[in-house]
Amino acid sequence: MNLEELKKIRESAQKDVELRQKQARIKVVVGMGTSGIAAGAREVLKAFLDEIATRNLTDVMITQTGEKGLASHEPMVEVHEEGKSVVIYGNLDSDKARKIVANHIVNDKPVTEFVIEVK
Amino acid sequence: MMDEISSHIMDIVANSVSAKAKNIIVVITKDTKKSLLTLRIRDDGVGMDEDMAEKVQDPFFSTKIGKKVGLGIPLLKGTAETTEGSFRLTSKLGEGTEIFVSFNVNHPDLPPMGRLKDTVFVIVAGNPEIDFQFQIINDGKEFVLDTTEIRALLDGVPINHPEVLTFLSKYLDENM
Repeated sequence: MNLEELKKIRESAQKDVELRQKQARIKVVVGMGTSGIAAGAREVLKAFLDEIATRNLTDVMITQTGEKGLASHEPMVEVHEEGKSVVIYGNLDSDKARKIVANHIVNDKPVTEFVIEVK
Repeated sequence: MMDEISSHIMDIVANSVSAKAKNIIVVITKDTKKSLLTLRIRDDGVGMDEDMAEKVQDPFFSTKIGKKVGLGIPLLKGTAETTEGSFRLTSKLGEGTEIFVSFNVNHPDLPPMGRLKDTVFVIVAGNPEIDFQFQIINDGKEFVLDTTEIRALLDGVPINHPEVLTFLSKYLDENM
């Protein structure tokens, strides 16, 4: 496997790049401050990225943020969706992150048991 | 609090991201014969003046609420000093920051490197607007990942596109 293979990906991916540039349907923000990382935020972010890759979710955008001041609920993520309230999940791990992708992001059913705040 | 060296790397890079860096260089070297592990993380972010550069190394300052830089720097410095290593932070306002750390690999309190592959993947994929250069030299064996090279080949397709993520993950598995 070498970097040249990226050229093939470029050709197949270029068609949905235009779509993405308009607006991602869902934005997931992962808290990557020191306390988040210490609590396992890297594994949570990795799980989101893996799911996006496996499910080929081209309309989901993953970004990260620094300290959130809610260290007791780390790892935390916010799910932003146009026209809907922001859902904040806390105390996550990679399994919970995968469940959020399957239920909330793909099937539009927030996983209420992991929700710590809706705003 | 940080049970892996790779978590420290993740955290220091997150500081560079918060400092609005556009280019971040991470160099990791391990020399078993010399019993030496070193990390160098350099960014072209906003940087700090002398006063601030000193304060971020102080755990009592950096835990204050509202500060953008957390406890990560004092923790890394602590790990370096505990393992009879060294820590140096150099920063210039408007130019960027460089952190250099060394550890004694034979010290019993040195945490394991941990999941470095996942760390590189998450850093690169989670910050699609930033260019990263990772150079990992493990007893003379070198691995380099330069996102400017990847970006040039992708020609506008973002690095966090699902197909690119799949590629990147496999590429790191096979080459790192």
